Amino acid sequence: MSGKTLYDKLWDAHLVREDDNGTGLIYIDRHLVHEVTSPQAFEGLRLTGRNPWRTDAVLAVPDHNVPTTQRDQGVAGITDPVARLQVETLDSNCESFGITEFHMNDLRQGIVHVIGPEQGATLPGMTVVCGDSHTSTHGAFGAMAFGIGTSEVEHVLATQCLIQKKSKNMQVRVEGELGEGVTAKDVVLAIIGEIGTAGGTGYAIEFAGSGIESLSIEGRMTVCNMAIEAGARCGMVAVDQKTIDYVTGRPFAPKGEMLERAIENWRDLHSDNDSVFDRVVTLKAADIQPQVTWGTSPEMVVPVNAAVPDPAQETDSVKQTGMQKALEYMALQPGMPVTDITIDKVFIGSCTNSRIEDLRQAAAVAKGRKVADNVALAMVVPGSGLVKQQAEEEGLDRIFIEAGFEWREPGCSMCLAMNADRLEPGERCASTSNRNFEGRQGAGGRTHLVSPAMAAAAAVAGHFIDARELV
Amino acid sequence: MEKFTTLDGLVMPLDRPNVDTDAIIPKQYLKSVKRSGFGPNAFDDWRYLDPGEPGEDHSKRRPNPDFVMNQPRYHGAQILLGRENFGCGSSREHAVWALEDAGFRVVIAPSFADIFFNNCFKNGVLPIVLDAGVMDRLFAEVEASVGYRLMVDLEAQTIATPDGEVIHFEVDEFRKYCLLNGLDDIGLTLQHADEIHAYEQRRRAEAPWLFNAITL
Repeated sequence: MSGKTLYDKLWDAHLVREDDNGTGLIYIDRHLVHEVTSPQAFEGLRLTGRNPWRTDAVLAVPDHNVPTTQRDQGVAGITDPVARLQVETLDSNCESFGITEFHMNDLRQGIVHVIGPEQGATLPGMTVVCGDSHTSTHGAFGAMAFGIGTSEVEHVLATQCLIQKKSKNMQVRVEGELGEGVTAKDVVLAIIGEIGTAGGTGYAIEFAGSGIESLSIEGRMTVCNMAIEAGARCGMVAVDQKTIDYVTGRPFAPKGEMLERAIENWRDLHSDNDSVFDRVVTLKAADIQPQVTWGTSPEMVVPVNAAVPDPAQETDSVKQTGMQKALEYMALQPGMPVTDITIDKVFIGSCTNSRIEDLRQAAAVAKGRKVADNVALAMVVPGSGLVKQQAEEEGLDRIFIEAGFEWREPGCSMCLAMNADRLEPGERCASTSNRNFEGRQGAGGRTHLVSPAMAAAAAVAGHFIDARELV
Repeated sequence: MEKFTTLDGLVMPLDRPNVDTDAIIPKQYLKSVKRSGFGPNAFDDWRYLDPGEPGEDHSKRRPNPDFVMNQPRYHGAQILLGRENFGCGSSREHAVWALEDAGFRVVIAPSFADIFFNNCFKNGVLPIVLDAGVMDRLFAEVEASVGYRLMVDLEAQTIATPDGEVIHFEVDEFRKYCLLNGLDDIGLTLQHADEIHAYEQRRRAEAPWLFNAITL
């Protein structure tokens, strides 16, 4: 019998029961909750008279709707009444059901996928869910983490379990050493470019190989974050010493003897040498260059020094139509160099790229430079209050502000533009977020996904440019 | 949840791959704390020429005559044909609520994104996967014939075309059972409460750190 993959181990450890068709009931260790996908779930509990199974497994935070400026008046100061009601509803639901919440003006508030790991609420070996597809982020800790819909949020609140069938196993290997100035974001965009946005559908992806091992924990979070953009509900990386070092000392992490016991257990959170994957994809790290998306799906991506592709070269007719529609929406011509694309706005933030290392990478490029005249707005939105505080201690805020960037309060912000931060129709943005879908950052807005260094480089150049030329 | 047994419905084609949940229901409508009322905003950016905000009267907005949903021949459609990777992106269940509220009970595509696929079953909407070749044929047939309908039978797992062809489809047995009976799966899970408690007891002993309480 062959060994187990990391995903097999996590699945087996959380299986409460399994029926004859292979439908499993799996136990959920950590449930993260935010204001957008939870109100109907809490309402469902009320309507059926059910109580949460285990409130101490839940951590809530408002992030999607919160303003990134002028927070001094608290929730009452949210000018959009519909958004305000949603944040107030989260507050009142957490209050009445006894769930721990970091309120909007708490220093620990931030994007749910930033604060979970930051607080040690996310631990290796856990199952982590949230009503948000980017929950895959937490897989960076050797956890089984995935996004769920609101009905499942209610299901987890009521039962601490989910009904699920096991996914297939895929391993994506990045072998060798990454080039200087090539970041985790470039790695994951290159992976999505290789396997496509549906390439991981039905699979749990384990990211492995020396190129992944060399990444910091924050880099691994960036990679796992976008597993969903490759179609996989969960992405994960095996536990190593970096994982253990990152977790140790965090507020909700185990301490003392309990930590020792946990670490012993965590050291087994890797795929066995003789484990078998249903699919293995390998990329050479040395081939990966800084990436820029040109279309309206994350798989529509090329290296910064390449040209916008030509649909005429595509043989699959459905794909060809998709490319043509994307080019039309993005107002780009086939064959034009990516470095000729000028931009109107820059967004550095989101659950993909708003951690301290991301801000350091962007600041290294912005330092001593000025945002180009044609860029109407360049904004930096830290992932949490604690990331913001740390960046300010390091003086990163001053670097950004002196360069002409706006320095904001933490939240999801212009990644999905639920709050006031958005693109106007036709505006083009260099964004460190995760989705370049039509209208994602505002109706008619045009999004190009890039790394933090590449976003900062685009901000100072006014067009895309290889960030390696600026550091 | 509303039961799903059979449906004889008008078909609407949406001929593009990677239709994401942002396109199905744009973010501004996610601010609602309710589960209903999303129908007028299904495919909002494609469906209207002017921008929309929650709470406004969407019947007063300018429909985009080029978008398939605004063509009179597809009014009242209950079956949606899609292409690869339908429902990709955000986990927002509002996407399914919007389709359901707009009248759709069945979505047929060559592939779906996992979370969207799962969300459909929780809301009495049946997602059906068919081969790309069969999909190509259905797209051609619906576009060639005004009033094109399909007859979907979940119990038999079949789709019947107007000229009598019967196409078989696969569906997970547990999900089929829940859908046919309109079952609330929380209730089903709570029937196993003893097993969940037993699991917790065992896990607490072997991995107590997983039960560290989130309290301030």
